[in-house]
Amino acid sequence: MEATNSLPIKQNRFQAWLAKIWAPYQQVPILGWLLGALVAMIIEIFAGPSLALALGIGGVPALFGFVVVLTKPILIPPIILYLLLIYALPIAIVARLTTSIANNIAGKLLNYPLWITAIIHLALLYVVLDLWTSLSDYRDLLAKLILIAIIITLSLNVVNGYMGEFSCSHPGFIALGAYTASILMVLFFVNDSIFGAPLLPPSLGPFLFPVVLILGGVVAAISSLLVAIPSFHTRGDYLAIISLAFMFIVKSLLENLEIFGGARGFMGQPDLASLPVVFAWTVVAVWIINNFVRSTMGKALNAVRDDEAAANAMTVNTQKAKMTAFLFAAFWAGIAGGLFAHVMRYVNPGTFGIKKLAEVLAMVYFGGLNSVVGSIVGAIGYNLLSEMLRPLEILKWIIIPILLILVMIFRPTGLIAFRDFDPEALLQPKNKQEEEV
Amino acid sequence: MPLLQIEHMTHYFGGLRAVHDYNLTIEPGEIRGLIGPNGAGKSTIFNLITGVYTPSEGKITFQGKNIVGLPPHKTAAMGLGRTFQNLRLWRHMSVLDHVKMAQYSQLTYGLVGAFFNTRNRTHQEQKNTEKALGLLDVVGIRYLADQSVTNLPYGIQRRVEIARALAINPKLLLLDEPTAGMNPEELLDLMKTIRKVHKEFGLTILLIEHRMKFIMELCERIQTLDFGEIIAEGTPKEIQNNPRVIEAYLGKEVEA
Repeated sequence: MEATNSLPIKQNRFQAWLAKIWAPYQQVPILGWLLGALVAMIIEIFAGPSLALALGIGGVPALFGFVVVLTKPILIPPIILYLLLIYALPIAIVARLTTSIANNIAGKLLNYPLWITAIIHLALLYVVLDLWTSLSDYRDLLAKLILIAIIITLSLNVVNGYMGEFSCSHPGFIALGAYTASILMVLFFVNDSIFGAPLLPPSLGPFLFPVVLILGGVVAAISSLLVAIPSFHTRGDYLAIISLAFMFIVKSLLENLEIFGGARGFMGQPDLASLPVVFAWTVVAVWIINNFVRSTMGKALNAVRDDEAAANAMTVNTQKAKMTAFLFAAFWAGIAGGLFAHVMRYVNPGTFGIKKLAEVLAMVYFGGLNSVVGSIVGAIGYNLLSEMLRPLEILKWIIIPILLILVMIFRPTGLIAFRDFDPEALLQPKNKQEEEV
Repeated sequence: MPLLQIEHMTHYFGGLRAVHDYNLTIEPGEIRGLIGPNGAGKSTIFNLITGVYTPSEGKITFQGKNIVGLPPHKTAAMGLGRTFQNLRLWRHMSVLDHVKMAQYSQLTYGLVGAFFNTRNRTHQEQKNTEKALGLLDVVGIRYLADQSVTNLPYGIQRRVEIARALAINPKLLLLDEPTAGMNPEELLDLMKTIRKVHKEFGLTILLIEHRMKFIMELCERIQTLDFGEIIAEGTPKEIQNNPRVIEAYLGKEVEA
């Protein structure tokens, strides 16, 4: 995009050519891209399997062919051809052809309240996601885990990014949410060996599932007081250690509660966390968290981070701000935990240890501090990368950390840090330059 | 009724006596100066008034109410606005957000409003933005509203601090060495700004300063502090010729 604005004469012809190709796409609104993706998905559903067979890939490549390419490099040309034919070309053509229509629609939508526009876009996004995941169970699972990772990353960003406290307690909150939701669901709606017959008819399960998730979030939030209250007088490294201790306390507590399976884990959760459910929760989480961090009340967290004494002198109740940040972050971590438990339909304390901590911290710092978009990018990027590089086995744990180090060297606060996420601006039509042409 | 009255305030840091038997009465509308050599306890007095520290002994009444023991965010909400000796701005926030943040205690929406973006919140945020822009106008930096504070020149950052302090609707403004690190041109601008806010908002101002010219011109009465004690009080003229003040600043004359 930058290339179009200032083209030095020395720039080679390929770049100029690329810029020329890209120019019309600057006017494609989000709606246009979504339409393109929708068409690409429909094409993949109808033509994907047979094309894959014809190219000799052997089945639709689940993750853009990365896994196939890394195990059998000889398949690189057919995979590239597949990606071009199924994804790149349809998206490019449709986005280009529908530019004016999409801009028109986006322009008309300006007359309606923002939430209607947002719901239309989100519905379209969901359809694309649903079609993409319909081709393989692996994609379905991955999509759900990524959506949950978005909630986790965002909620951790509230404390670590927006408030600037290095908190390590997040796996603990996730674990508490996961166990609370699992136990309640199994107790009330499942016939199992620990609690016996369900207390309520299982048909009520799907309706009360949100309530149970919220209860899990509330339990996590209450437990976060153990970290929030010390944070009034402790900051920096010392608070990090307190929060780390909290994580280990939760983990060993769960390991020693034999009634809930101890270290062996707890299973039997009903299959309620389907893709639409997880998607809806993620949307709600992003919406509420984004609302909060953009309000003056939420920006008080930034004031506490950058200069607590000044915040206090400017009427900000810093203790309340800290408490809010921890309770709020822990609540969403708990919700994410409950969803995670019901996606996997099995939880064990080992999941919520230091490795999980490293993972969530990596997602936050990779994506960008103090940024909702950054967290979304971080969660998606990290998880996709981690799955794509899976065939490399041990090498994966060298490549990903090196990437993280590179990000930290070149963008110390993460890829997309300190940026305001304004949904209204995102959904605008982009045809303003059209009149000049 | 005086706006602020401090009686027999004493404060210890561990075994060190920072302030001893300090008294101050400020009437509404005054511009009062507070001078003294480095380490005399001037900033400590500001911190004691605003509640950063609780005095070991003594009484502080603001508008007739006892404010000893109140945390800074409460005293600020009551109308004690301040600036800091070393600029204390929030480095990742825009100029406008600084001034909006200081209206935190005036927010009428709660957490529910913050989470769900209610109509009340949108309305309130809009109102606060307007007020903030108005205050930025008063100190003459409205055109910088969207800038991040880190890249602004020193004098401008001082103005941001003053606009921020004004946003809490102060009755008494405590300015802690506002001219520190300023060049002569910025100094004149600042003097104008202080005069302006004094007049426009009917503010009472308590000013800590090192630059004599500045304080002599602005203040009607000046207190001089040394080692935590008042050594002189009076009009600028009286202070200038007071032998104890000269001694505190320049040292004792050797008797021949």
